[in-house]
Amino acid sequence: MELRYTPEETAFRDELVEWLESVLPSVGSPPDRHDWKSRRSYDSAWQKMLYDAGYAGINWPKEYGGRGATPTEHLIFLEETTKRGAPYVGMNFVGLLHAGPTLIVEATDEQKQQHLPAILRGEEIWCQGFSEPNAGSDLASLQTRAIRDGEDYVVSGQKIWTSFGHAADFCELLVRTDTEAPKHRGITWLICPMDLPGITPRPIRTIVGSEEFCEVFFDEVRVPVANRVGPENDGWRVAMVTFSFERGTAFISEQLTAMAQTAELAELAKKITRGSTTPWEDASLRKEIGSLAAHLDALWALTLRNVSQAQRTGVPGPGGSVFKLAFSSVKTKLCELAAQLEGRAGLEMRGDDDPTGGDFTAQRLYTLSLSIAAGTSQIQRNIIGERILGLPKER
Amino acid sequence: MDFELSDDQIALQEAMRAFCESRCDSEALHELADAGGPTHQLWQELAEMGVFGLCVPEEQGGASLGWVEAMVVFEELGRSLVPGPLVATFLAAQNLPEAVSGDAIVTMLDSAARPVMLEHPDFANHLAVIDGEAVLSIGIDWSATDNDEATSLDPLTPVIRIEEEHFSSLLEASSVLDTDAYLWQLRGAALLAAQQLGIAAGATASAVAYAQERKQFDKPIGQFQAVKHLCSDMLTSVEVARAAVYFAGAILDDPSFGDEQRAVSTARLMASEAANLCGRNCVQIHGGMGYTWEMDAHLYLKRAWVLDMTLTPPEQHAEVVAQLLG
Repeated sequence: MELRYTPEETAFRDELVEWLESVLPSVGSPPDRHDWKSRRSYDSAWQKMLYDAGYAGINWPKEYGGRGATPTEHLIFLEETTKRGAPYVGMNFVGLLHAGPTLIVEATDEQKQQHLPAILRGEEIWCQGFSEPNAGSDLASLQTRAIRDGEDYVVSGQKIWTSFGHAADFCELLVRTDTEAPKHRGITWLICPMDLPGITPRPIRTIVGSEEFCEVFFDEVRVPVANRVGPENDGWRVAMVTFSFERGTAFISEQLTAMAQTAELAELAKKITRGSTTPWEDASLRKEIGSLAAHLDALWALTLRNVSQAQRTGVPGPGGSVFKLAFSSVKTKLCELAAQLEGRAGLEMRGDDDPTGGDFTAQRLYTLSLSIAAGTSQIQRNIIGERILGLPKER
Repeated sequence: MDFELSDDQIALQEAMRAFCESRCDSEALHELADAGGPTHQLWQELAEMGVFGLCVPEEQGGASLGWVEAMVVFEELGRSLVPGPLVATFLAAQNLPEAVSGDAIVTMLDSAARPVMLEHPDFANHLAVIDGEAVLSIGIDWSATDNDEATSLDPLTPVIRIEEEHFSSLLEASSVLDTDAYLWQLRGAALLAAQQLGIAAGATASAVAYAQERKQFDKPIGQFQAVKHLCSDMLTSVEVARAAVYFAGAILDDPSFGDEQRAVSTARLMASEAANLCGRNCVQIHGGMGYTWEMDAHLYLKRAWVLDMTLTPPEQHAEVVAQLLG
């Protein structure tokens, strides 16, 4: 066990910090959350800057244009960019963290050449077409149909919870190509250009008021067979390849932000006056803040362990489920505590639900999605119970 | 950066686990409980394993190992519910060679805590008293005194209540064992956290094993989500606590990496939370059987409670962390 960073890791950090300090002053503040066009150009411009400096696709293999950094260097990257207020991965999330890594493992050379460099340069925005109205936790029961017709698949159906669905160029799309086979064996993974005729994205308004998600309708959309990734009917396995990667590092920025916010809460509690006293004078409130900070520190240690495990074994373990389950509840506690401190100021929505910042009222609402998105807390508990503890499956 | 146990640390963990499981299996624990606590033979064997001298310099008869290794050892002691004044003896061994060899069996008290409840009164032969900034040492012999008999919460942790006048007279006969009570509290909290982590892990393993074997409605109860999810919450609390405990151990070994007090207080809080949750859920998952004396479930929870009441209680550590914020 060695908590100290190696000379190589330290050199990586120093170089990164120097670069961030030189470029960040020229990066403006993020545009309005509802202005999709500006958001896209903002996120793309940042991604291009990362690309030019050699920090795009930090954990992607070198042969595909990435930096080939170790999990620890990836951690350092996320740590320093978050601490210094660099732009969040934003609309490049699906391309960089999910579609790209899937293509690296499963796509043909031609598909890789077409998409990977474009994703790294921020020129291609991707969205995810996995969930459906009737296929949520039971994702494998998805029904969006793809019927082979010559050199095309003809796709009809509906996807939901598609982040950036109305702004994306491509969709990683799961479709049913065999209705007779057991549900996990009739699914195919397609690269679907979002400008094909017959695709209609419709924004869904969330409880925060934002239009982050879309439902996307497919009406006899002709997707070339050449856009298939992996064999026909093998799409479930293709999708699963990258699920664990998604859970591995997706929350590191949010986690660091929550740690900083806890320190801010302590400051806030010392500043607010209630009569002749401050909330900080209340020992039970201090203990709640202390306990919250302890939970977050412990989760940071858990992240260090998960990263170390990934570094040793090459793949993130099921520790991601443990982390997500614990983090959802700690982040909820943070926002509840903030609401308690802010009092009636919390009646107003001042900012946005950006998970790495924003105001506490919006985030208090956002935390409700944390225990639902990317596998509900109930599904995470099934995964922990069955895959880690070895308890019998319910079905 | 590598936050995984090294091969040597894993070997130490395996050796400790094998030893603890062979000496303190369920049957042995219940026998010890009936007999009123640990035996001198067990203590001697722990000393021979090098438990008490683990962090003592080699020239003083110890193994010169670090605090991560101490966390490994105390997690295993906790998992198997090994009884005895382990933390106090381990801490005293830094200054008391007889503790390394197992001849001095050290129990401890805080001079300010009331009532004065002493653990392992008949078994221990030394008393360490945290008294302000120093730790005092007192040789104890109870044969000529009559203190209040008490029925102890944990059958493996016998206690007596000491009268105020008697306690005052004991203090008069003391000498200084350690001049740094702060360090004693800090390291003690880390050891208690590791032990509670082990208790949480042991309770989880016990509950999961029972959930796999016990059938109702023709199914193992662990197949039902209501039970499965209790088990998953237990494991989650254990994993979070384990990360915090080993992080604290690593920082005690290399304080340049972070704030020792904040890391140790965090570990203490998380491990206490895990031990309480897992102890309770272990009883719950065992159902009616969990409420009986003959099962082990109550022993996990009772020891978790005993350790909560040792040194600075966990909830005070939340205050400590709050004050260190910013």
